[in-house]
Amino acid sequence: MASKLTNEAVIERIKGQFGSDILSSETPYDFLTIEVQANKQHEIIEWLKKDEMLKISFLTNLGGVHYPEQAGREFAVVYHLQSMVNNFRLRLKTYVSKENPEVASIVDLYVGANWMERETFDFFGITFKGHPNLVRILNEDSMDYFPMRKEYHLEDATREDKDDRFFGR
Amino acid sequence: MSTWEEEKIHDDGTYESSLDTIDGSIATLNLGPTHPATHGIFQNILKVDGEKILGSEQTIGYIHRAFEKLAERRPYNQITTITDRLNYCSSPINNIGWHMTVEKLIGAEIPKRAQYMRVIIMELARISDHLVCNAVIGVDTGALTGFTYLFQQREKIYDLFEEVCGARLTTNMGRIGGFERDFSPAFNEKLKAFLKDFPKVFNEFDALLSRNRIFMDRTRGAGPISAERALEYSFVGPNLRAAGVDYDVRVMEPYSSYEDFDFEVPVGTTGDTYDRFQVRQEEIRQSLRIIEQALAKMPEGSYKADLPEFYLPPKEEVYNNMEALIYHFKIVMGETPIPAGEVYHCVEGGNGELGFYLISDGGRSPYRLQFRRPCFIYYQAYPEMITGSSISDAVLTLSSMNVIAGELDA
Repeated sequence: MASKLTNEAVIERIKGQFGSDILSSETPYDFLTIEVQANKQHEIIEWLKKDEMLKISFLTNLGGVHYPEQAGREFAVVYHLQSMVNNFRLRLKTYVSKENPEVASIVDLYVGANWMERETFDFFGITFKGHPNLVRILNEDSMDYFPMRKEYHLEDATREDKDDRFFGR
Repeated sequence: MSTWEEEKIHDDGTYESSLDTIDGSIATLNLGPTHPATHGIFQNILKVDGEKILGSEQTIGYIHRAFEKLAERRPYNQITTITDRLNYCSSPINNIGWHMTVEKLIGAEIPKRAQYMRVIIMELARISDHLVCNAVIGVDTGALTGFTYLFQQREKIYDLFEEVCGARLTTNMGRIGGFERDFSPAFNEKLKAFLKDFPKVFNEFDALLSRNRIFMDRTRGAGPISAERALEYSFVGPNLRAAGVDYDVRVMEPYSSYEDFDFEVPVGTTGDTYDRFQVRQEEIRQSLRIIEQALAKMPEGSYKADLPEFYLPPKEEVYNNMEALIYHFKIVMGETPIPAGEVYHCVEGGNGELGFYLISDGGRSPYRLQFRRPCFIYYQAYPEMITGSSISDAVLTLSSMNVIAGELDA
């Protein structure tokens, strides 16, 4: 079933409302992806949910990505949103720095975000301001690091018998 | 009006019971982590007054295996085994969903025949997933008979998987680009026998429960959720459809040629245990319809795409053919160039939209791979769904939501 909205129409409408808060937009594999300013993401998601034309009112997924090389924007929080009525999907990204990895929680908009934000906190250490119960969810409470960050390697980094160059890595 | 509605919880959290309880106190009950009624390893700490649940707190993560971290170290073809262990009641759907995600990333064209074969396998997996769920709902209401009958049929489905890939539960089925081999004559025979015998057994099971007075009284009104609330909680799949939202990924965003088949999407109205049971029952019938259509319309052609850089060549060619040897080496050592990019692909899994969010930086393994695990997302609605019900209804609600620990904890 084809979508009732086109990427161009949606991005035009979002930009018409928020203008310079939308830092960039692209469509990798025909999936509209927008990057927004960190302190604006809550407002934009709220507007998307209420907008009569877009009706992007379903939170599909939420997660973090760690880019240690990008100074000042080390962590991405990625929201996958969806409009079931219009059969349209949107990816919304926002970047935060490692010094202050904090974004606003959207649990007040989507109750289902509760565990997804807890999981993102658990694995990346990104905090969600306004979350009712931001504690670890899958890992043990006494853990003192965030395992999905890139500095934690899966294999023992001190091993010398496994040189990455010999394995094409 | 039930006795529950006559009871009062004050704003400050104190509780006044109209029931004549023994000493009027509220007890804490640990349901799980290992409890025969939870069908998996997860804990629920219940606050109860007699039989009535006042609130609950969930603890999950008992079988967390760091799949997303593991995926960042593995080549693409080795990630299939991880996906097996998400929802292990319908592993082939996870396997094929993952393969399709990679195919989307590399822009592969899959032959029609391979797509139809995938549809058959995925629908068989859906049947086995729903069979387990519905049979267990029966067990939790005290009807063990249906369970034992249906599990024989599930074994038949596993026999079919075994014919295709050699494994039964954690199937690791197919490859990026299609299947390892075409369906064997033995598979076709067994599938025909299954399609002939299964509906009889299934209708018997249906007759045992569907209109059974005791079963209906027991399941209707147990653990309901409204459509609005289900959407707020990001419900998907049979649980969302039971609440009355006709959303199915197979229809909305058809993948693997689902648009070629004629089937219906059943929906419920109240989102209670009975509706979830009925939605799954009907989905099993629709899956059978799809399999029959796919068999009848099975196109000629190859069971795999022409993707030498990603698809492991047959062993005999590796030993006798230089190019095959090179490709074999490149794939195994992770030397295959993979485009950098970002894709999201989803399939309708046993529990609903199973998504793969893949970020590739061109390296041998994904830069980041996130699984959208339907169980993990909708299980958080559980306390809300059971508050005010009895403990036995809570057990029913849990089994009818089909919470699979593997998918929950990743």
